[in-house]
Amino acid sequence: MTTSTAPSTPSLPPTPPITDGEPPVAPPGRRRASASQRGERRAGLAMAAPAAILLLLFLVVPVLLAFGLSVTNARLISPNPPRFVGLDNFVRAFAADPVFVRSLINTFLFAVVVVPVQAGLGLFLAVLVNQKIRGVTAFRVIFFIPVVTSIVVVSILWRFMYREDGLVNSFIDTITFGAWQGTAWLENPSTALGAIIVLSIWQAVGFHMLIWLSGLQTIPEELYEAARMDGASPWQLFANVTWPGLRSTMVFVLVTITIAALGLFVQIDVMTQGGPVNSTTTLVYHAVRKGYREQETGYGAAISLIFFVLVLIIALVQRYLTRDKD
Amino acid sequence: MTTVSPHLRDTGKKSGKKSGKDADKDGGAGAHGVRTRRRIASYLTMTLLAVVFLFPLVFMFVSSLKPDAQILSDSNSLRAFVPTGDISLDNYFGVFDRVPVARFLFNSVLVTVLVVGIGLVVNSMAGFALSRLQWKGRALVLSVVIATLIVPFETIAVPMVYWVSKLPTLVMEGGVLKYDFGWLNSYHVQIVPFIANAFSIFLFTQYFSTIPKSLDEAARIDGAGWFTIYRKIVAPLAGPAFATVAILTFLPAWNQYLWPLMVVQTEELRPVMVGMQYFFQLNTAWGEVMAYTSLITLPVLLVFLSFQRAFVSSVAASGVKG
Repeated sequence: MTTSTAPSTPSLPPTPPITDGEPPVAPPGRRRASASQRGERRAGLAMAAPAAILLLLFLVVPVLLAFGLSVTNARLISPNPPRFVGLDNFVRAFAADPVFVRSLINTFLFAVVVVPVQAGLGLFLAVLVNQKIRGVTAFRVIFFIPVVTSIVVVSILWRFMYREDGLVNSFIDTITFGAWQGTAWLENPSTALGAIIVLSIWQAVGFHMLIWLSGLQTIPEELYEAARMDGASPWQLFANVTWPGLRSTMVFVLVTITIAALGLFVQIDVMTQGGPVNSTTTLVYHAVRKGYREQETGYGAAISLIFFVLVLIIALVQRYLTRDKD
Repeated sequence: MTTVSPHLRDTGKKSGKKSGKDADKDGGAGAHGVRTRRRIASYLTMTLLAVVFLFPLVFMFVSSLKPDAQILSDSNSLRAFVPTGDISLDNYFGVFDRVPVARFLFNSVLVTVLVVGIGLVVNSMAGFALSRLQWKGRALVLSVVIATLIVPFETIAVPMVYWVSKLPTLVMEGGVLKYDFGWLNSYHVQIVPFIANAFSIFLFTQYFSTIPKSLDEAARIDGAGWFTIYRKIVAPLAGPAFATVAILTFLPAWNQYLWPLMVVQTEELRPVMVGMQYFFQLNTAWGEVMAYTSLITLPVLLVFLSFQRAFVSSVAASGVKG
C-alpha cells in the first residue's frame, strides 16, 4: 500500500475500527497477522512521534495561538494575564491604524509587480538555459548564485549601491551621458518600494528559473516533433505545446512567489525600516514592529492572522486551479 | 521552405541530435544560418544577464579589499569591479577586531548542522512511517503535514515568540538542575522549532513510496524490525531524497534572520546574519561591511559551487509536485 502522492485530498485507507491495547477479537487463524500488525502500528507511531510532536508544538500551536492571541490584549512581557478584547485588534487595524493600511497596500503593490515580473522573467531565463548549447550549465549556475546569497547580504549590498553617489546612479549617469540624474533611491518615498522590488526580483528569480526549467523538461519531445510536422511556427509551438505543458508548474510558481512576496520582511528591515514616511512598511514588518518591538503581542497576532488568511486564500485558489489535474 | 529552428525546440536530451538531422535533411545552409544567429543572440543575452546577476557580488568581494575612501571614489567607474589601488586584507582584520565573527560563524554552523542533521533523521523517520506503515493517527498526521506545507514562518513568528517565551527549560543553578520558563536567548530556541519540517516530511514520504514494499516484506520474513528496515534498507536507497532535503533545509537555516533577531539578544549566541547589525552603528565602515558579508557569503557559495548539480536537481524536485 503506497501513500497517495498528491498533496491535495490524500485518499487514505480508513483506520480499522479496532481499539488499541489488548488483542481484539481477532478472527481465528489470524493471530500472527494481528500481532505483526500491532508491531507495525507501534513502530509507525514511534517513528512518526518526534516529528509529529515538534510540528504540533512549533507549527500547530503557534497557528492556534495566532487565533487565540488576536482577540486579546496580550503583551510580550507583562505581569497581567491577557484579557479578551473581542475583535478590537482587527477594528483597530483597519479603522485606527493608518500604518497598517499602508502596510497592506504596500504589500499588495509589491506582490502585484513582483509576481508577474518574476514569474515571467524566470520563464524567460528557463527557456534560455533550456537550450542544448555549450556552456549553458554555467549560465544556470550563475543565474542561481543570487539565490544562495543571503537576502540579508543582498539587501546590504544594494542599500550601498542605491546611495545617491552609489553604483546604480553612476551607471545611470554613464548610459544616459549625464542627461538623467538619479536619486537617493531608498530615501525617496516614491522610489524606495520600486528599488526594493528590483533587488527582490534580482535575488529570487533564479529559483523560479529552475522550477520552470524542470517543468519544461517534463514536456515530451514527441509533442514538439508532432507539432513541427504540422508546420507550427516557433510562437505556435510555445503557445500550443510548451505553455499548456507548463500549467501545473505555472500554478506552483505563481503561488510560491505570491506567498513569498506577501511575507516581505528582511529587505525592509535591513534597508529602510519601513521608511521613508512608511512608504515601504509591509504586513510582516508591521506585525513584527507591533507584536515584537512594541511588545503588543495581541495586536501583532491579529496582523499575522490577516497575513495568514491571505496565504490561505491563495492556497485555496491553487487547489481550485489544480483540482482536476490528479 | 527551410524549417526555422526555434530555440524552444532544443528541449530535452534528444533534441540536439534531432535538429541536426533536420538541418541536414533540409539541405541546411539557411536553417543553419538561422540557428547560428539564434545561438549568438542567446549567448549575448545570457552573457548580459550573467553580468547583471554577478556584478553586485563582484563589487562586494572587490570592495572588501579596498579602503573606505577608495570604495566610494571608485564607485563612479568600472574600477569598482577591479581590485586595483590600495589592496589589502585590512578590512578583514578590522572585522575580527570589531565583532566576534568567529563566534558568530561558529553559532551559525552549529545551528545549521543540527537543524539539517537532526531534521534529516526526524523527518525521514516520519516519512517512513507515513509512507510504509499502517498505524492509528497516520491519516491525521499526514493531513496536518499537507495542510501546513504552505504556512510561511512569517505568519506565526509573532505568536511563536510569545509561545517560546513561556516554554519550560532546564537550567543549572549552582550545580542543581532546576526548571525555569522561557526559551529566549539560547541555542535550542534557534534549533528545535526548525527540526520538523512539513515539506521535508512530504518529500520523504513521496520518495519512500516509490521504493518497492516487497523489500520490507522480505526483511520482515528474515525477522528484521521496522527500525532496522528503515535504517538498513529504505534509507540507503533514498540518497537523492536525503540530499534534496539537506540542501533545501541548509540555506534557510544558514540565512535565519527574523527569528534570531527576535529571540536572541545575547551577543555570544547570535548567528552571522544578525551579527551584521554591529556595523551600522555610528559611521558605517563600508569596507568592513563588505569584508563581513564576503566572509559569510563565501562558505555558502563554495558549498553551492561544489554541489551545484545536486542543488539544481533539488530545487527542481521541490517544484515537480506543487
